[in-house]
Amino acid sequence: MTVQLTKTPVAASPLASVESIIAGLAGVGYIASRRIATALFMAQHLSKPVLVEGVAGVGKTELAIATATLLDLPLIRMQCYEGLDESKALYEWKYGKQLLYTQILKDRMGESLAGAHTMEAAMDRLHGMGDMFFSEPFMEPRPILKALQSENGCVLLIDEIDKSDEAFEAFLLEVLSAFQASIPEIGTIKAKIPPLVFLTSNNVRDLGDALKRRCLHLHIPLPDAKLEERIVATRVPGVEARLTRELVAFVQSLREIELRKVPSISETVDWARALVLLHADALSTDVVRETLNVLLKYEQDIVAVEPKLNDLLGRASEVRDGGASGGE
Amino acid sequence: MVGQAEANRVAAPIQATIEEFIKALRASEVRVSPAEAIDAHRALMEVGYGDRTLVRDALCITLAKSEEEVWRFDEVFDAFFTRDAFRPERKPPPLGEGQGAVEAPPSASELPLAEMLLQGDTIGLNQMMEAAARRARSTDVRLNTQRNLLSRRILDEMGLRELEELIQRLREMGLPRDQALADRLAERREALFDEASRFVDRQMVLYASETGRRLRENLLGQAKLTAVEPEDMRQMEALVKRMAKRLATRYARKRHRAHKGKLDVRKTIRKSMGYGGVPFDIVWKTETIEKPKIVAICDVSRSVAAAAQFMLLFLYSLNEVIEKLEAFAFSDRLIRVGDILEDEDMDSAIASIIKKIGMRPTDYGRALVDFTELHRNDLDRHTTVIILGDGRSNYSNPRLDIMREISHRARAVIWLNPEPETYWGQGDSRMDQYQRFCNVAKVCNTLNQLERIIEDVLRTYMPR
Repeated sequence: MTVQLTKTPVAASPLASVESIIAGLAGVGYIASRRIATALFMAQHLSKPVLVEGVAGVGKTELAIATATLLDLPLIRMQCYEGLDESKALYEWKYGKQLLYTQILKDRMGESLAGAHTMEAAMDRLHGMGDMFFSEPFMEPRPILKALQSENGCVLLIDEIDKSDEAFEAFLLEVLSAFQASIPEIGTIKAKIPPLVFLTSNNVRDLGDALKRRCLHLHIPLPDAKLEERIVATRVPGVEARLTRELVAFVQSLREIELRKVPSISETVDWARALVLLHADALSTDVVRETLNVLLKYEQDIVAVEPKLNDLLGRASEVRDGGASGGE
Repeated sequence: MVGQAEANRVAAPIQATIEEFIKALRASEVRVSPAEAIDAHRALMEVGYGDRTLVRDALCITLAKSEEEVWRFDEVFDAFFTRDAFRPERKPPPLGEGQGAVEAPPSASELPLAEMLLQGDTIGLNQMMEAAARRARSTDVRLNTQRNLLSRRILDEMGLRELEELIQRLREMGLPRDQALADRLAERREALFDEASRFVDRQMVLYASETGRRLRENLLGQAKLTAVEPEDMRQMEALVKRMAKRLATRYARKRHRAHKGKLDVRKTIRKSMGYGGVPFDIVWKTETIEKPKIVAICDVSRSVAAAAQFMLLFLYSLNEVIEKLEAFAFSDRLIRVGDILEDEDMDSAIASIIKKIGMRPTDYGRALVDFTELHRNDLDRHTTVIILGDGRSNYSNPRLDIMREISHRARAVIWLNPEPETYWGQGDSRMDQYQRFCNVAKVCNTLNQLERIIEDVLRTYMPR
């Protein structure tokens, strides 16, 4: 998958149409719904960041990774957490280097100041070189600055934005709307090529309206059976179509039970892998009971599901044998 | 620039449609800012109008900004763009009898409405109705009572009066062929009436739902907690939840603030070690704002039974959003209910709390004793205690000494009482005495009051 980012990036890019995005993402192992593909399409064509929401494990982060692979662009990832601030997100001065250089250049500075006879003259000369140490070579770029500086564009993933503070969210606004950042000592740095930005959120707290307004919004729901079968088939190569159908039906029925944490796609995929490793070609009560902890992450949930296991499995095997819809 | 002009001419009605759609979205509580509306138009220019799913997805991505809004969007989109008016089955049979089709009397073709009705031109009729509705300002519809008036106005705009006249004239002509035509027109006219009233219904759903609901919610906010109708419970719950979430967002502000201008000498010197004593890294003092703790004690005894339900509901919602909430409930004894609120869903949590200790005579003294036993050591200057109850203690010892101790240890004690202030101290109420130990004691018997008070509490009595 080659990308030519020349004069007309759009024409040559896999992001030219919604269909080509779906096909392209499938090529790198990400099965996208039409809405996901449309979001990506709009993000590219309107140059807007995408805010991706959905429960954990539904493929939010994966979408950014797959897009980066598809476009053959570097992925710059920034994990948000409470207390994250500008110096960790945008830039920081290399204090050590600054110090080292002043030490090394001490003599030279002494020399050049030697000619100045008055204090004021010396000051003037010092002013002349002052900014030397606050220039780009002494700057440590952090993820956002890196993204703005990258030559060929990149995919910037701001992961779990809801975990950061409100102040940080406000700081992001400039970056997201104008793809630029202001650094007091240097000035404004503008992106050479606007990066494709993904923000993900688990809805730990409500994001501000200002942020939401600047982003396209994509909510990834839990997939329906058909889509999930395709995802499992793509993600877990060794799995049989019949087993896929059965295990997906089982997981889907689990989602209807009131659980503390319903299994999402990543759990289904993990489970399918586990079943392949165990050489299970159909779901039996024993196998499921032993591997239930892959799907359910809370003890209470496992306890709640176990008595219903036989019933759920019965329905799942009906789906398997009914088998009208084929996994691929 | 002919092409441009052409494009503009084509785009204008679409733009009007999109604007109406956005209006409908706003009516069902999807917040759309002008900037987002512009985005939506730009998005449509990218994707074109050919593919329905593509249009839908593009609009959804630019306009709906949360999970809830996404499904509201889908609902509105379906309702709005399902203009299934004049469904195909009402298409007239092709006029196979020969004469009818060939020589429609000249008078019928004079009138576009009659012409379309006869031809069964559903698309044309649809467009005509929409245009008429726009002229009749159907999107301003607000109240149920405007329904008939509106459908009448739309029909008038479409040229109903002329149609009636035409039918009349045809009948007067007396020829069998004209009679038949008049009958057919009259029949189609009935269908048109139906269609117009259906159209108005849809408009009501799209544009008026919000006003009605908001009216209802305002009323509910003012209704006495003790007198809420069972059918309003669901809505009440939603209100309470939204309230709690709003409060929680305000409350979860950042906890570190830089103390601008105050140097942290110790840390700066420590950091300068690495640079040979040169203080390159200057550390400013910061202030740590601790997350406050809230202790909520809820009376669920018989005398406050009706209000207790809401108190618990509020407690439950608060528990979902505030990390450090200790919840207790009591009537004659007091128990910790944090686990129940944590593990069970709302209805069963409330039910099981009431079953466990509710509906018994109150004993405040006893409850306070229990409380100190359970929780005394956790009360400190970061803790705000909220008590929900009527202060009616059945003439038992109110244990004011414990109340004094609580108020002494805690940062603040707040008492919310569902009874009006004039009742405080009357009969077995000890509220007047307890009141002394409270930083705030307020009457609270409507949701609005509850929200206002809790907000005051969070603003005023939280450590900062």
